[in-house]
Amino acid sequence: MKDPLLNISKIDMVFPTPKGDFTALKEVDLKINKGEFISLIGHSGCGKSTVLNVVAGLYQATKGGVLLNGREVNQPGPERAVVFQNHSLLPWLTAYENVELAVKQVFAKSKSAAEMKEWIEYNLKLVHMDHAMHKRPDEISGGMKQRVGIARALAMQPEVLLMDEPFGALDALTRAHMQDSLMEIQDELNNTVIMITHDVDEAVLLSDRIVMMTNGPAATIGEILDVKLERPRDRLALAEDPLYNQYRSAVLTFLYEKQRKVEEIGSAAKADVKSSEKKQAESA
Amino acid sequence: MSSLIAQLITRKNAPVVKAQLPTFLVNFLHAVLLPTIGILVFLLFWSVAANNIDTSLGKFPDPAAVAAQVGNLYDEHMESRAKEQAFYERQEKRNAARMAKDPNYVAKIRAYTGKETFVDQIFTSLITVMSGFLLAAVIAIPLGIAIGLSKALNTACNPIIQIFKPVSPLAWLPLVTMVVSALYVSDEPMFAKSFVVSMITVTLCCLWPMVINTSVGVASLNSDWVNVSRVLRLPALKHVQKIVLPASVPAIFTGMRLSLGIAWMVLIAAEMLAQNPGLGKFVWDEFQNGSSQSLSRIMTAVIVIGLIGFALDRTMLQLQRVLSWDKTTQVR
Ligand SMILES: Nc1ncnc2c1ncn2[C@@H]1O[C@H](COP(=O)(O)OP(=O)(O)OP(=O)(O)O)[C@@H](O)[C@H]1O
Ligand SMILES: [Mg+2]
Repeated sequence: MKDPLLNISKIDMVFPTPKGDFTALKEVDLKINKGEFISLIGHSGCGKSTVLNVVAGLYQATKGGVLLNGREVNQPGPERAVVFQNHSLLPWLTAYENVELAVKQVFAKSKSAAEMKEWIEYNLKLVHMDHAMHKRPDEISGGMKQRVGIARALAMQPEVLLMDEPFGALDALTRAHMQDSLMEIQDELNNTVIMITHDVDEAVLLSDRIVMMTNGPAATIGEILDVKLERPRDRLALAEDPLYNQYRSAVLTFLYEKQRKVEEIGSAAKADVKSSEKKQAESA
Repeated sequence: MSSLIAQLITRKNAPVVKAQLPTFLVNFLHAVLLPTIGILVFLLFWSVAANNIDTSLGKFPDPAAVAAQVGNLYDEHMESRAKEQAFYERQEKRNAARMAKDPNYVAKIRAYTGKETFVDQIFTSLITVMSGFLLAAVIAIPLGIAIGLSKALNTACNPIIQIFKPVSPLAWLPLVTMVVSALYVSDEPMFAKSFVVSMITVTLCCLWPMVINTSVGVASLNSDWVNVSRVLRLPALKHVQKIVLPASVPAIFTGMRLSLGIAWMVLIAAEMLAQNPGLGKFVWDEFQNGSSQSLSRIMTAVIVIGLIGFALDRTMLQLQRVLSWDKTTQVR
């Protein structure tokens, strides 16, 4: 087998907290080939973002490490572009300028000013944002902001694109649009992608492999599901595809039978009641 | 008149009628009518109260007395200007005449030394407050950014800032006066000593709110934006220039507005205490003067001080609106 592009090698992540060390991840091990689309799925708080942040270099793994093209990475860099959950565009810059900041930084030596301009516009066009290039983030919708965030990441021409619940904050309709756009872009560019999601349909629709994580603490990879659906994929046709439904139920089974979170949800709910009671008492 | 107003107000609150009122009328009501009513009521109270207060310098000035005094002070200013011009014309003529008699004569030019008028004092105060404020901004903003960026620096500077922040300007004044007298010695000073003393006092007092607001703004930088910067591997200087500075613009402006308000209050007090030229000195001089006009002149000064303070604040707000990306800032 050829060497993987990205090798997440047995990483442990321990956070020092006031109450002692907290082991978030234990022996997370994953190899990703070039051009693969990977989804990370798991219950809230299991450590998905932590995995992504370690790959991005924003966190340093306590044990183990991440190899990109056989070389260890231990700081962030534009070859591992990140699309953050809440777009994180700089609000004082227009859509164009947000992408420009990235392009100017990455291609300072290799592109002329005219080439950079063309490249920025190309990427904004790719996410269908060319009509609102010169608007500021507060003048465009949530979905449009997320598109610009994706354009900014794509414009860095990353070797791995990391996305932390990129569509989590969007309504269902906009999310479907964005997924279609992403598949379109993926057809064209064939990027290597790791995407975190909470949405089972999204995971099956978009991924080549779905990585399912166990609950924390000391979360690790529970199962990996190969999704062998033909591309291009069409959400309507797939709804009736038995294979699609089989994948879907496999993920659901993992999440809701093997890794149920009943206990914690129960205690969390109790805590909620308690705190609201307290609030009432305070306000009275 | 007042019953009409009362009617309008109750109508506005009645939902059925309100639905029929065109929006522009409602807006007009809010923007013009209500403040006007407020001012009229205040004037009414003021004149009633004024007529019932007797002081050793006569009755407390009512709005009419202040209005008359405004005209008076303006006339005095114009008169003084005319005198000044006449003085220079006379001097020029005299010099020309002597030059004609004796070609070797070196003309002496004396400056006019009339008393500063109210209008002159206004400009003196404005220039002083702006200079002190700008000097403070030039020091405070870079300092605030540095403190906001470095936890160690913050821990080191915090006690000093917290101790100096609540110090009244009047406590600084004697020290500043002595230090300026000792250090600012030149035969032909570019600025008057009194100006430098007032300015530095203003600077010392409006430094702290700006430092604190800027540093808090920088320190509470959205961590996502920091991560964007890290992923892009922006060099330190570019990080400050492209991310930190624009991100803290709203906080910096908040600090600047706060400081300018403090600066204006501090300056008037400092001018009174130190007898430095400006509106504060005008008030003090009138108080010492103790003529029948004094109280109305002081009252005029009080209102002018208020109006200028208000204008300064609005100017800052307008500047903030134009320059800051955060358009959600509350306008109050
Ligand atoms: N900086 C940190 N310090 C201490 N504990 C942390 C830190 N970051 C994350 N954790 C803990 O690690 C665990 C995993 O967090 P993480 O954010 O990776 O979860 P997640 O799977 O992304 O959750 P979600 O789906 O809600 O985003 C959580 O229990 C969290 O409390
Ligand atoms: Mg997360």
